[in-house]
Amino acid sequence: MRPIIDVEHLNYRYPQQAKDQLTLRDVSFSVDAGEWVAIVGHNGSGKSTLAKNLNGLLAPASGKITVDGDVLSEKTVWEIRKKIGMVFQNPDNQFVGATVADDVAFGLENQGVARDEMLRRVPAALKLVNMQDFATREPARLSGGQKQRVALAGMIAARPQILILDEATSMLDPRGREEVLATIRQMKATSDLTVLSITHDIDEAASANRILVVNDGEVKEEGTPAEIFRHGEALIKMGLDMPYAERLKAALKRRNVQVPATYLTEKGMADWLWQLRSNK
Amino acid sequence: MMNKLIFGRYIPGDSVIHHMDPRAKLLLSFYFIGIIFIANNWMTYLLLFAFTFLAITMSGVKWSFFINGVKPLIWLILFTVVLQVLFSASGGPVYWHWGIITISRLGLINGAYIFCRFVLIIFMSTLLTLTTPPLELSDAIEYILMPLKAVHFPVYEVALMLSIALRFVPTLMDETEKIMNAQRARGVDFGAGNIFQQMRAVVPLLIPLFVSSFNRAEDLATAMEARGYQGGEGRSKFRILKWHARDSWVTVIFAALTVALIFLRA
Repeated sequence: MRPIIDVEHLNYRYPQQAKDQLTLRDVSFSVDAGEWVAIVGHNGSGKSTLAKNLNGLLAPASGKITVDGDVLSEKTVWEIRKKIGMVFQNPDNQFVGATVADDVAFGLENQGVARDEMLRRVPAALKLVNMQDFATREPARLSGGQKQRVALAGMIAARPQILILDEATSMLDPRGREEVLATIRQMKATSDLTVLSITHDIDEAASANRILVVNDGEVKEEGTPAEIFRHGEALIKMGLDMPYAERLKAALKRRNVQVPATYLTEKGMADWLWQLRSNK
Repeated sequence: MMNKLIFGRYIPGDSVIHHMDPRAKLLLSFYFIGIIFIANNWMTYLLLFAFTFLAITMSGVKWSFFINGVKPLIWLILFTVVLQVLFSASGGPVYWHWGIITISRLGLINGAYIFCRFVLIIFMSTLLTLTTPPLELSDAIEYILMPLKAVHFPVYEVALMLSIALRFVPTLMDETEKIMNAQRARGVDFGAGNIFQQMRAVVPLLIPLFVSSFNRAEDLATAMEARGYQGGEGRSKFRILKWHARDSWVTVIFAALTVALIFLRA
């Protein structure tokens, strides 16, 4: 297999950071064409920064990034962005078009694709994510999961070789998350798309061929999901998710709030929170 | 509730007027406002009213929408009409005179004409907004501004800004609603107290709204750049406007109306 993404000794520092502080420190890895790689890590571990370096949204302090044979530079950045489709976290903040079809066409318009071609590609892409009946809908009338599927359709229409999911499912409810993941699995099955997913979601990480664990701006571990999941409890330290209610409970406990010892569902947690102060 | 305020404006329909090219509708609406000033006697105003009524009937939109369009402006209209009646140059028999205030026959007639002009302009522009989706209007504006490219006016960018602004209106409305509910849960009572207290209650609403809008803008800019947006030049267009035969015919009808007005005017 040829590597489609190759990162060598990547360092990155945000402009407001001190000289010796690096968000990414000597990161090196490569991804083969057709592979699905999950990147996991805590909030602030540098995983999103890493993704934004890959298509030049952020410029590295040093190091070399090669995408499909092109070394990332000011000259090649627009070519590379054509090859990488990126879906972000917030479904609303990446919806540019006034309607579903317009949004899918946005990337194509940017590339100057002829209108006849767009009229073929847009419906085909919408069909692939099962949103063909919503082409003329406005984003305000879609659910989060539907919006993310539209974002995926926008990527598919532009025919990238690499798809980067930057916590694309983290703001969705379980059903929306499953819809989006199913769509990606299906896309993966029918093409040799390379997927790089940055995630806290254990299901999403389990779908990958390989997992990279990022901590403090460094790649700490690398392995198949089976190898990584063997760590059990330590997964949480790596930034994979406990259920939300459990995380909230742990956070409250750290602040010396008495929490019930029994397991609570999200609804149970909400009920308990409402009553927390009222009976005192 | 707030949604209705803005988006209740467009009434979907299947009439010829709904299907007209938005450029034709926009330009002809402005043209109509222009030719209203040709009218200067009862015959010409009658003709304009007949024309407007016909257009409204064809659109199939309920009359109540048009009456509601006039309502918020009624005091402004009446104020202007009264000024016209009381202070305009006098002519014909004078009915009442006191200081600089004169009510004359000509003044009354002028007042009535002004009233007619207001109503015609409001009806026609209401017809435009009720039968044209905002997005089509923004496309029409883009086409109409195109000549300004010659003086380096960023037409594409302005058009994209307009369409993004329209797209985010409901999103920001939702957000406002959420923040209001969050503040209400903390005991803020919107709409209570005197005007200053009410204004003060809006501050804790505006600040989070501003902050989140800026965050959204930054996210959106990143997403647009990731999808290859490099400014308006070199982009192709997915949504295009098509000029049909019916648009030409309507233009011809407007031309005929102009000729008729010129014939009938005093």
